[in-house]
Amino acid sequence: MTFDWKWDFALEILPRLLRATLNTLMAAGAGYAIAMVLGLVFALALRSPWHLPRAVLREVLEFIRSTPLVVQIFFIFYVGPQVGITLSPWVAGMTAIGLHYSAYLAEVYRAGIEAVPRGQWEACRALNMTTRDSYVRIVLPQALPHAIPGMGNYLVGIFKDTPMLSVIGVTELMQAANSIGSETYRFLEPYTLVGVIFLALSLPTAGLVRLGERRLRRKLGL
Amino acid sequence: MDLSAYPLELPKGDCPMVRFMNVTKSYGSLVVLDNLNLDIQRGEMVSVIGPSGSGKTTVLRMLMTLETINGGVIYIDGKPLTHMARGGRLVPADEAHLRRMRASIGMCFQHFNLFPHMTALQNCMEGPVQVLGLSKAEARARAEELLAMVGMIEKKDQHPSRLSGGQQQRVAIARALAMRPRIMLFDEVTSALDPEVIGEVTEVIRKLVAEHDLTMLMVTHQMGFARDISDRICFFYKGKIEEQAAPEQFFTNPQKERTQQFLRAVKDAD
Ligand SMILES: Nc1ncnc2c1ncn2[C@@H]1O[C@H](COP(=O)(O)OP(=O)(O)O)[C@@H](O)[C@H]1O
Ligand SMILES: [Mg+2]
Repeated sequence: MTFDWKWDFALEILPRLLRATLNTLMAAGAGYAIAMVLGLVFALALRSPWHLPRAVLREVLEFIRSTPLVVQIFFIFYVGPQVGITLSPWVAGMTAIGLHYSAYLAEVYRAGIEAVPRGQWEACRALNMTTRDSYVRIVLPQALPHAIPGMGNYLVGIFKDTPMLSVIGVTELMQAANSIGSETYRFLEPYTLVGVIFLALSLPTAGLVRLGERRLRRKLGL
Repeated sequence: MDLSAYPLELPKGDCPMVRFMNVTKSYGSLVVLDNLNLDIQRGEMVSVIGPSGSGKTTVLRMLMTLETINGGVIYIDGKPLTHMARGGRLVPADEAHLRRMRASIGMCFQHFNLFPHMTALQNCMEGPVQVLGLSKAEARARAEELLAMVGMIEKKDQHPSRLSGGQQQRVAIARALAMRPRIMLFDEVTSALDPEVIGEVTEVIRKLVAEHDLTMLMVTHQMGFARDISDRICFFYKGKIEEQAAPEQFFTNPQKERTQQFLRAVKDAD
């Protein structure tokens, strides 16, 4: 067995892989956007005063967190049509990733919200603010800096999970590498490049997240 | 709980600003306030003193509707606070009723509870803009006037983290006053402060007593200050008012054995 790395082949497939990288970034971005919004909705619902819906939601989120993402992707894409929900690979993939990570982000938000001292709520109450205003104006802005490290981790996590979308044929980076491999019977270059591209994108993200957190804290005067 | 014995409203005329009527508060089996009856007149300054755990903070928190009560009724300016009239009888207050009633009450906390992500000025504008619906310009004018009153106008653009405890507490007082409450509650507002800045906060409260017609209820450990500015002292002991009197009478001639013990203990500690 030999590693005969071919530079000219690597350079030849690079543009195709970079184009697929755009799709990967789009998938990660869209999935993350869904997860951020849905996660916040879930986090707030978990703090609602209604016991039964809260308990049900808690179990559902626990279920989502404790089953593999790839199973959820398959489920939504292949089982969905049997119950009348037919989604394109892209939409099914975004839904699965968004839903999966919203269950994690809900926990991150919840912890962030709980880190805001009780006295802040009491000050809101003493000023006769509505619950909605208390969240939007006072509590969530203070919860955000607490949540950012966790949010950053899951951003990298979502990004690294996008190759799973190749199982339902979303043309992201992994899918492109697979096609190149099956067309040319060369696997070393495409998969190595995929690894390098993931590394090149993941590494700066962690640094950017830390920077963002510091900036935000300073901007909020915390 | 049978509420039929409680009036839907107190008779107009000389009704007190605040009336606690047989108010009981417990946490589980721990009875914190036991059948409390207390009237506070319009414009009166009442100081609440007593040992730690005697229920002083709880009295203020119930008035601010931060705690629900387990028995009795609290009236504000003759209208029930903790309850509301429905179908000719009192039922527990809903959020809409609480919001209406809370508008006349303001509170300052031991640990200030300023909004850390807002400047002093923004802290004082938040309630007036979001809750009272004032325009930014009106709210700013009002906030600046109050910050000047508490001597914090120069620091109006600072965040709380850049202010000393005494300065934060003065901003907190301005923030509460910006809502134009008729009743102000102070819960040990100087207890978390370094000794040398206590004076700047007590000066502001003195000014309020002298220049405003607010009704005030203040929990404090500063006996000299309470004696100076109060119309009445209430001594709490184990969830009951053990003794209450005008300051002179209370401090020079306390009637109850427990009051005398408490005052001796406080004096020894000084
Ligand atoms: N949220 C709570 N849960 C249980 N017990 C409480 C709670 N808040 C206050 N208490 C108890 O109620 C009693 C009175 O408390 P508080 O009104 O804060 O006393 P004070 O202000 O006079 O020191 C204390 O015994 C305290 O431990
Ligand atoms: Mg207390």
